[in-house]
Amino acid sequence: MGKHPHIIKLNRSNGQREIVANHWLRVAEGCDDAIPAHTLLPLKEWLERRDELLGRADVGIWFAPDDEPEALGQDAASLSIIAVDFPAFTDGRGFSIGRLLRERYGFAGELRAVGDVFKDTLLYLKRCGFDAFEIRADKDVEEAAKGLDDFSEFYQGAADQPLPLFRRRGG
Amino acid sequence: MYIYDDYDQQIVDQRVDQFRDQTRRFLAGELTGEEYRPLRLQNGLYIQRHAPMLRVAVPYGHLRSDQVRALAEIARKYDRGYGHFTTRQNIQYNWPKLEDVPDILADLAKVQMHAVQTSGNCVRNTTTDQFAGVAHDEIIDPRPWCELIRQWSTFHPEFAHLPRKFKIAVCGSVEDRAATWVHDIGVHVVRNAAGEVGFKVIVGGGLGRTPMVGAVIREFLPSLHLLSYLDAVLRVYNRYGRRDNKYKARIKILVKAMTPEAFAAKVEAEWSHLKDGPMTLTQAEIDRVAAFFTTPAYEPLPAEDEGFARLRSENKAFARWVERNVFKHKQPGYAAVTLSLKATGVAPGDATDAQLDGVAELADRYSFGEIRVSHEQNLILADVKQADLPAVWEAARQLGFATPNIGLITDIVCCPGGDFCDLANAKSIPIAEGIQQVFADQDYLFDLGEIDLNISGCMNSCGHHHVGHIGILGVDKSGSEWYQVSLGGRQGHDASLGKVIGPSFAQDDVPGVVRQIIEVFVEHRQGDERFLDVFDRVGMEPFKSRIYQKERAHG
Repeated sequence: MGKHPHIIKLNRSNGQREIVANHWLRVAEGCDDAIPAHTLLPLKEWLERRDELLGRADVGIWFAPDDEPEALGQDAASLSIIAVDFPAFTDGRGFSIGRLLRERYGFAGELRAVGDVFKDTLLYLKRCGFDAFEIRADKDVEEAAKGLDDFSEFYQGAADQPLPLFRRRGG
Repeated sequence: MYIYDDYDQQIVDQRVDQFRDQTRRFLAGELTGEEYRPLRLQNGLYIQRHAPMLRVAVPYGHLRSDQVRALAEIARKYDRGYGHFTTRQNIQYNWPKLEDVPDILADLAKVQMHAVQTSGNCVRNTTTDQFAGVAHDEIIDPRPWCELIRQWSTFHPEFAHLPRKFKIAVCGSVEDRAATWVHDIGVHVVRNAAGEVGFKVIVGGGLGRTPMVGAVIREFLPSLHLLSYLDAVLRVYNRYGRRDNKYKARIKILVKAMTPEAFAAKVEAEWSHLKDGPMTLTQAEIDRVAAFFTTPAYEPLPAEDEGFARLRSENKAFARWVERNVFKHKQPGYAAVTLSLKATGVAPGDATDAQLDGVAELADRYSFGEIRVSHEQNLILADVKQADLPAVWEAARQLGFATPNIGLITDIVCCPGGDFCDLANAKSIPIAEGIQQVFADQDYLFDLGEIDLNISGCMNSCGHHHVGHIGILGVDKSGSEWYQVSLGGRQGHDASLGKVIGPSFAQDDVPGVVRQIIEVFVEHRQGDERFLDVFDRVGMEPFKSRIYQKERAHG
């Protein structure tokens, strides 16, 4: 929770990446007053104030592993940023959340992985549609970014490359 | 056999580099032990009782002779000169050094092998019938589908960290030799009334702490939809499988909690979004993969070779071996030979480097250079000419692999147990040996007919004790090793789980208990009845009263 210093940001169209400063504050709960700019609200809270917040590009959402993308539905398409929390890197539910947001609910904004995020899951995350990675504070960000290069070819279709290898092989 | 192209090779090579880097960071303190653990497990590396253990993948149990030679070389170079074939058709090494593992993986990659996803909470090695492609009762060759599943599951980004391990088995024959009813997913390759190929899909089977026989969630899935449907099943499991308790995290618990009907409906709803999407298989891809599993260059041969028939009638030992270890082939004049890794006094499934080299040689000379591993932990030469059977028998005897006991009580399925495994409550290898010694008399053993005896050293059930006709489970009772015996389990299409006979036994008593079970069987047996038939007819009571009566008499 809170504001993390830096983020690996991936340009999904050209694959370029850079380490950028973080502008977003992730909160465990919002407040009764107006939500400040650059706040990431829990999904439940955003849904409760949907009518007020829909259309505010400076407010985002964060998903816990058991939050359901179905609850947000097509509203996802109107958001500029969604974060997904990985309390442990071995909790793979966030991978499905990412793919559903991207592939089913038309989310085109920044999809950010937060929590227990470091080198060894970055490529899986990228493949599931994530394009921003909040690397754990005690890990080397530059080193972590190299995880995106671990593999250059993949068998399955996923969010980043919908065509499986068998539709590209030999072509 | 499937041969890698540049894409497959690159993926495996990059995996070696990735794992080398992970191991380097662990040794340098950049990754904690807790972080490294799931990463190494997904590469088959355990830290065990005596040393690390490395499990190498043998996709659906298929090996080429050059790969078997590489496995022998690894046993010599990095281990103590042997390997252990597992009930998932893989091979594991018990004594590698952690620092050597990246080099072992590099050696494996040179022969198109790896250790990808042989452990950890991910999709494991897909298993199938050891007689795939040659079985006389085969409907459709399951191997192309296994390879398609292998590729789909390899580094699947969404399912890299599932609630728990996930095992898929595929079967394409009348008899189910792949234990499909006790897997997370069982796939039966079938034809519908219109003659089209498709799959019957079973989910939620499994052994372990809460053994269950799976439920059919789809009677017929058209073949092009295999992968998108698997995506749907795995997505439902990934999202809703329990993660709060590792003993309740397998898909079987989810399926049971939801009911198979509700689970199937959830999968169908998910699949409705994925169906006909990019993961829909193409006929071109199915054909490309199937082309690797064409029939070898069989010679036109008479259905029965004269020399073979003569030796069979003249030599009792040979006849016995043929009866037990030779399987009927679909091609006239050919046979599939099972090399028994169940000689008394050797840990079931173990093979030395010299034996592996010998098997590779036999495969090159007599079986188109290919070898299979069965989930019963034996090796198979699938395409041997009948005329060569006497020579193969002789060579197998030299190797110590000609014990004529396939399907008999001494063909014991057995996990490494407490001698090697950290999870085990009790030893299993000495139990196997003690039982094998009871049945040292070949004539007696032979007359008993088919009896599956399976031993697991703990509840994780790697030795598949629940589906043994006789199952033995090591349990821990206040710090000492005890053994629970169950009867009546079976694999195949009528898969069911054995029932526990009663209170558990001390290690030294187990062989005697098995002897008593067999005595009761023999007393009640009519004609050539199988053990299971007798058990189904007379029930548990006669076995129970014999064993526990004597127990009491002993005081």
